[in-house]
Amino acid sequence: MQPVRVVDGEVTVLDRADVDTDQIISKKQLKRVERTGYGRFLFEEWAKEPGWHLPPNPILAAGRNFGCGSSREHAPWALEDYGFRAIVAPSFGDIFYSNCTKIGLLPVVLPEDEVRALMAAGHARIDLEEQEVAFAGRRVSFDIDSETARRLLEGLDDIGVTLQQEPAIDAFERRQQRHGPVTTAL
Amino acid sequence: MAPSTLFDKIWDAHQVAPGLIYIDLHLVHEVTSPQAFESLRLAGRTVRRPDRTLATADHNVPTDGSTAAAQIRDQLSRVQVETLESNCREFGIPAYSIGSSRQGIVHVIGPELGVTQPGMTIVCGDSHTSTHGAFGALAFGIGTSEVEHVLATQTLQQQKPSTMRITYEGELGPGVTAKDLILATIQRIGTDGGVGRAIEYAGAAVERLSMEGRMTVCNMTMEAGGRAGLIAPDDKTLEWIEGRPAAPDPLPVDDWHSLRSDSGAAFGSEVAIDASEVSPQVTWGTTPAQVVGVTGAVPEPASDGDRRALEYMALAPGTPMREIPLDRVFIGSCTNSRISDLREAAEVVRGRRVSAQVNAMVVPGSQQVKAQAEAEGLDDVFRKAGFDWRSAGCSMCLAMNPDVLQAGERCASTSNRNYEGRQGAGGRTHLVSPRMAAAAAVEGHFVDIREWS
Repeated sequence: MQPVRVVDGEVTVLDRADVDTDQIISKKQLKRVERTGYGRFLFEEWAKEPGWHLPPNPILAAGRNFGCGSSREHAPWALEDYGFRAIVAPSFGDIFYSNCTKIGLLPVVLPEDEVRALMAAGHARIDLEEQEVAFAGRRVSFDIDSETARRLLEGLDDIGVTLQQEPAIDAFERRQQRHGPVTTAL
Repeated sequence: MAPSTLFDKIWDAHQVAPGLIYIDLHLVHEVTSPQAFESLRLAGRTVRRPDRTLATADHNVPTDGSTAAAQIRDQLSRVQVETLESNCREFGIPAYSIGSSRQGIVHVIGPELGVTQPGMTIVCGDSHTSTHGAFGALAFGIGTSEVEHVLATQTLQQQKPSTMRITYEGELGPGVTAKDLILATIQRIGTDGGVGRAIEYAGAAVERLSMEGRMTVCNMTMEAGGRAGLIAPDDKTLEWIEGRPAAPDPLPVDDWHSLRSDSGAAFGSEVAIDASEVSPQVTWGTTPAQVVGVTGAVPEPASDGDRRALEYMALAPGTPMREIPLDRVFIGSCTNSRISDLREAAEVVRGRRVSAQVNAMVVPGSQQVKAQAEAEGLDDVFRKAGFDWRSAGCSMCLAMNPDVLQAGERCASTSNRNYEGRQGAGGRTHLVSPRMAAAAAVEGHFVDIREWS
């Protein structure tokens, strides 16, 4: 994963609430076994609507509960491949939020009125280290889990980090009492 | 010691290190795993605990009775299922793919095999993993990067969610089901009311639910934004597990009975709902929170989202829900495809005929549910009534296999999501309980199951 520090640029507006991951990437694309090339299928159905306009700017601003529904990581893969580097919304689906942080696509939660102001401003600078979004001459801070922020800032490989704790995992398995046959014994 | 919640007890028992929790059971299916296995291979890593991992094919599986991946006509689907089979072979993971008598929807087969047990941490690359919380497990969906992380380490880096308790007082009325209870709950707390929270369902109405009903409730936790749904195990839970292939012998009765929230335990938030006021529910829009009692009408739009939903659903405000004509009926999905769901639906249609305007299908959640239903003669009841009796899979819940709605078709569905295009591009979904779906199939429109005879 590439480190994420600052995302600076124009803001694309998608002013809809409850945008589910089925809309972000259609199930038709979930049959692929590759990890790349999903950007051109982003919002495949909505893109057919007259007046649809979604320029691939660095920042996407959206309505409440963005990325709800299915756990498909194909949704952040598609948004990232399309060109977005950060998404700002009043709230996110839990799994979607987590999936974004795993691939270096920065999710930022701001109060609804601040998201509206950012949509109107059209340009913003998001600084992850400062946990701050600057737009229209103002600075608004946002919350993010410190460990998640650290991994994004340093572009860490999660599995590599966890494997450094292998002795602790071994010890946990030794002391854990479990019940019944394992899956390979059924 | 300070009183703690069921969630806290499971969480604390699985902390390997700060922010790192151990995963007892990892369920795998064909859609969200291929990229995880590929990355694992590229990094030269292996699967740490294949003996705590279990795979099945469900999303892509045709429900026409195919017995091998090679019979899947859609090339991409065939490759995805074959990829799952070869990945599992390579890494030594037990896989119940097409043709296995244990194949089925991942959230149906876990409990059915007894691998889902109280007190466990369970993950799967699927948002409806919350289903397993019905057994007092901490179960939640993860993305593909996390699937890879669990394969490699049997752990997850997780922020601890906060908690919410929803307590149901009173009794559900006759004909009102677990599905109606959870739909009414989602309407009450909203599509993001549970974001960042593990939700414990409690109260007399939940205790009275069957294990299948509890699974229906926990299954739809995600539709209220919840990370996980939990119900404390009781005698019913233990009876359900006993004797299943992966059940411990003897059951650790005392351990499992201790898995409940202590009196006085503090939750991040509390919600109280009177179950006796819940009526049979029907969704009218394109989120599960856009729902109303069957005796109600399509509401006036209150937002842009409502207006967009009404336009997509081709519904006018004020239309009585009972006058909405249907083209299709789907009984199935990880929400409502278990044996008791099928029994309830069969009771409704026994001796009756599906309306001439309706194309209706029943899709058992697993091969074992199918076999059990056939042993009880339920397949015969459905077939005689004019239902299509299918083989196990996710089927028309999500349109990744040949079972899809055509554009403009309107469907009463026992599944969990009524999003735009969820069951097929341009298709219109109304979520209901199995009984409501069965009665709607007979009449060709929704009816109040409490009065219908």
